[in-house]
Amino acid sequence: MKKNSVSAKSWVFGALFLACALLLAGCGGGGAETIIVYNWGDYIDQSVLRDFEQESGVKVIYEEFDTNESMYAKIKAGGTAYDVAIPSDYMIKRMIDEGGLEKINMDNVPNFSLIENRFKSLYYDPLDEYSVPYFWGTVGILYNKTMVDDPVDSWAILWDEKYAKEIFMLDSQRDSIGITLKLLGYSLNSRDEMELEAAKAKLIEQMPLVQAYVGDEVKDKMIAGEGALAVVWSGDALNMMQENEDLDFALPREGTNIWTDSMVIPATSGHKEAAEKFINFMCRTDIAARNCDYINYSTPQTEVLQALPEEVKTDVRFYPGANDLAQSEFFEDLAAMLPVYDRIWTEVKSAYH
Amino acid sequence: MKKKLLNGPYLAWMLLFAIAPLFIVVWYALTAEIGGERSFSLANLQRVFEPIYLRVIWHSLKLAVISTFLCFLLGYPAALILASRPFRRRTILVVLIVLPMWMNFLARTYAWLSLLEKNGVINSVLAFLGLPALNILYTDAAVVLGMVYNFLPFMILPIYSVLYKIDHSQIEAAQDLGATPLITFQRVIFPQSLAGALSGVVMVFMPAMTTFVISRLLGGGQYTLIGNLIEQQFLTTYDWGFGSALSLFLMALLIVMGGLLMRSRGDNEGGLW
Repeated sequence: MKKNSVSAKSWVFGALFLACALLLAGCGGGGAETIIVYNWGDYIDQSVLRDFEQESGVKVIYEEFDTNESMYAKIKAGGTAYDVAIPSDYMIKRMIDEGGLEKINMDNVPNFSLIENRFKSLYYDPLDEYSVPYFWGTVGILYNKTMVDDPVDSWAILWDEKYAKEIFMLDSQRDSIGITLKLLGYSLNSRDEMELEAAKAKLIEQMPLVQAYVGDEVKDKMIAGEGALAVVWSGDALNMMQENEDLDFALPREGTNIWTDSMVIPATSGHKEAAEKFINFMCRTDIAARNCDYINYSTPQTEVLQALPEEVKTDVRFYPGANDLAQSEFFEDLAAMLPVYDRIWTEVKSAYH
Repeated sequence: MKKKLLNGPYLAWMLLFAIAPLFIVVWYALTAEIGGERSFSLANLQRVFEPIYLRVIWHSLKLAVISTFLCFLLGYPAALILASRPFRRRTILVVLIVLPMWMNFLARTYAWLSLLEKNGVINSVLAFLGLPALNILYTDAAVVLGMVYNFLPFMILPIYSVLYKIDHSQIEAAQDLGATPLITFQRVIFPQSLAGALSGVVMVFMPAMTTFVISRLLGGGQYTLIGNLIEQQFLTTYDWGFGSALSLFLMALLIVMGGLLMRSRGDNEGGLW
């Protein structure tokens, strides 16, 4: 009997211990309503969150991710019930298709009307039911004017042996294979085996010229003058150019990837109205302007854009018009093709070992 | 009875966070989605043995073995020196070895990134001294350096812990009987430190074989090591089946290699298993 009670106690201990662990993991702080916001790293003026809390009385737990893929994996795995997330276009498409997103009641987001028309009704959300654009941009070539004396207007410069070991590529399957397809004159959403094989050969050919395939480190590297050319997102380019005057940015004539990051409500959210309140708040002109000022990415908000200095809003590098983007494409969700892209990428990376 | 009381939480912990995940890994590795349902399949495991993936595994193995060997080469003398110091100085040295581990592993690896770069700290110093620049960032050498730097304490500490327990009178006896320092080391010190050395080798080899952060940052993403490949399956491709099969293969490889190492030792003291 005694023995039994002791071991029972040990199980109680165990259970208590686990309960504590679970409590910690799922802790949300009682009292006021709380929403969990999931955004890209360094992609908001954090003081905006405080203002939202004060105005609405809703508490915000703010978390960050570094790729669409890791965001998707985490939301899909459950665990945390995110209320607002900010994925990119193709990922939104996938999440809608899988039933992972909640429809947004646009009556609660009147500020949606401030969004530029060309960022409405995009292919991934044709009826504007699920997403509200936050920022947008392109992928282009950042280059150091002191090291590059050729005109930068084509992806082909990334294959120029003159710049061997001075080139930074993105460590991202979709982006690197995508721009290679563009260079070859194909769609960056290609599902054609011949086209993909050609892109693979091209990437393997380029590999000896590449200094490194990088993520966010590219910012430090280019600012420090560690390379001549780098593939970067337009918003990051502007930030780097402000840190180092020798840097400039160009959109290749073959066209590129155009993207939007939009606010969505994952289906796991338990605070839909508070989430809508948050999304509407983020679209308010003064708030959007503060974020735009802090992040430096291109804004889809009409009033924010109007208030920007003339030389900024007419700068085709960062606010290209529809004509400038005629050759450019959004990423489509390539779900079934992902293993093929993954294989190509692995083959490229292990080509010289 | 006391023991039982303490066992409970550990048992629950192990069940939840070691045994259950292991079963999940095995399940994903041995099933494949066919027509919307997962059913038994060896396709994932078969794929592990395709030449392109074997090449990745071989490259990982090579780097891990080199790193482990270098750690041993650097760590063993360090442990000897440590064990031979008087107590006070020894404590200071041990703290110095452990100190870097108080800082986040990722931050330390990022630090190497700016130390090693073309216009980085090391090259500035070399240029100041009129020496040629060192360009090893984004090469195998940088990856190995990162591994040795990060994992060296795991080699030094277990060796040190067995060395300093060796009865000093045995060493004195060997010397009294006419053994040279080399013979004393060969016949008295080294055999007794073997258990610690093997623990060290295993503790360095395992993280070196599975790392994906060091290879991505210091290797400049040009190296798909097996760790990167597994990460890619879960975070980019969502092929949990293949990712699990790779993990399973890696676990089997580590168990076999660990087993071989341990068997070669013969006895069973001071080791990890």
